[in-house]
Amino acid sequence: MKRKWRDLPVALGMLAPSAAILGVFVVYPLVRAIQLGHLRCDATGKRCREGGWGQYVDVFRSNEFQHALANTIRLALMTVPIGLALGIGLAVLADKQIRGVGFFRTVFSSTVATSVAVASLVWFVLLQPQVGVLPDLFHALIPSLKQPGLLQDPGTALPAVALSSIWASLGFTFIVMTAALQGIPRELYESAFVDGAGGWMRFTNVTIPMLGPTILFTSVVLTTRAFQAYGEVALLTQGGPNPQRPTESVAYLIYGQSSLIKNDIGLKSTAAVLLFFVLLLLAFVQFRGLDKRVHYGS
Amino acid sequence: MAHRSAATDTGATEVLHGPRKVGRYALLIFVALIVLFPIYAALMQSLKSGPDAIDHPKSLLPINFTLDTLRAAWKIGDLGRLMLNSVIVAVTVTLGVVVTSLLAAYAFAFLAFPGKGPVFVFFLATLLVPAELTVVVNQRTVDSLGWINSYQGLIVPLLATTFGTFLVRQVFLTVPKELREAASLDGVGHFRFLWEVAIPLCRPTLGALALFTFLGTWNQYLWPQAITTDDAHRTIQIGLERLKIGDISRLNLVTAGTVIAALPIFVVLIVFQRQLVRGLTAGAVKG
Repeated sequence: MKRKWRDLPVALGMLAPSAAILGVFVVYPLVRAIQLGHLRCDATGKRCREGGWGQYVDVFRSNEFQHALANTIRLALMTVPIGLALGIGLAVLADKQIRGVGFFRTVFSSTVATSVAVASLVWFVLLQPQVGVLPDLFHALIPSLKQPGLLQDPGTALPAVALSSIWASLGFTFIVMTAALQGIPRELYESAFVDGAGGWMRFTNVTIPMLGPTILFTSVVLTTRAFQAYGEVALLTQGGPNPQRPTESVAYLIYGQSSLIKNDIGLKSTAAVLLFFVLLLLAFVQFRGLDKRVHYGS
Repeated sequence: MAHRSAATDTGATEVLHGPRKVGRYALLIFVALIVLFPIYAALMQSLKSGPDAIDHPKSLLPINFTLDTLRAAWKIGDLGRLMLNSVIVAVTVTLGVVVTSLLAAYAFAFLAFPGKGPVFVFFLATLLVPAELTVVVNQRTVDSLGWINSYQGLIVPLLATTFGTFLVRQVFLTVPKELREAASLDGVGHFRFLWEVAIPLCRPTLGALALFTFLGTWNQYLWPQAITTDDAHRTIQIGLERLKIGDISRLNLVTAGTVIAALPIFVVLIVFQRQLVRGLTAGAVKG
């Protein structure tokens, strides 16, 4: 009993710095944002009136939010499967005992060194028809593409943003998949081989199931990244091209320089809280899946 | 290695021979070229002179290598200043996170106090709250503190992370309780025990934590953009955009800026490659 209280002063002192920062900059904003989320403000953001809790429903149903949510889901549907497939493909490709494979692994991991800003600006230049060679290449491959450049065409702007973020995440996905591949017990391949399984059979019946938990983990990370997409949108398209705004993500709707609700702290909070719940739901659903499959091999 | 060759032609890490080996190399080289292409193109553009950029905007072969564009980007973008801001912010945040994580982790791992369980759950719950939510309110908080366009604003909100606390606590929990009790009987205080016993034990973890905090802080975009409006405090990630506003024929300035901005991180990553891989895969691979 005495022991329980003896350490209290030291514990308080040691926890105080973290608790203060997390309290002021994580917990308070969460509570405050939920509160602010029922306010409606004027264009200056100074005068606000009660909008009621129904505002959450209104914002969720609004065309703007639905549009941004649909764009974000579309972005995730492009970046997650393609990113995963490329990551696994590259990891399998470089998982051989041959000379120089370490060099290729370094190359495939290299994009972890790029930040959102660096990757987006590199792709911004690459995709400009005046200086980049990619528009010419894409045009040659798919002649139906219009010339103004992928980022200026409402039909291709979102795939172009996805391309940039797939490339930027590739290093991460590759590193994680490579490590997971190396953790697969050799005997599984040997017995599959003895059973007469060919290369493709071994890939689908051994590699993919054994990568299961890692694939789920990586898809959580990549999906979350898509739902947090802000920097790439800000630098590549600013949510445009107008008026369709096919690249306006939820995060950009909330924080973008050209966003309609830029100054409305009430609506911004509502949208931010909704985004938080979407992310929470995603994490929950995917970790439930992870929980079930984690015991697969053991 | 012997057991590896015994597994020849059965598994994913089979040893290749003859034409299959040549084919594999061809494929590896082809894919490597695609992955590296954006970096190569950025590098080539940034090594072009201004007139060459206008005359041969799309050429990706070396024409006349020059550092003029890199120099111009450095000057026009005031990249030295931006880089210094990034270094100040990232280094301070990294040191701060290591210290706050160590202290909080020590309390959770070695100290007994009432309410420990609920407090720990409170810490863990903050992991679920993304920056995309908190920035709305934090922008106002920082504004009311008068910290817009200041290092305090860029640094203070990032000084503690549950991730770091949790990571260090996991290592501390492996220290036998008897060790702490024996030390305490010998009159060794908590801070001395932390400094002389606990910290040396978790050095690799602290290294990984520092590396990830540094990279994360250096690369962040949303927060610094939300609270800086002048160039004096912008970080390199935010400041680079200024190079974009300009003539389309000056796009090679943008790539020059990105090359300069990416360079320090490439160096950090090459030096700490092993820690990075270990850290990235720690959460992912263990089933």
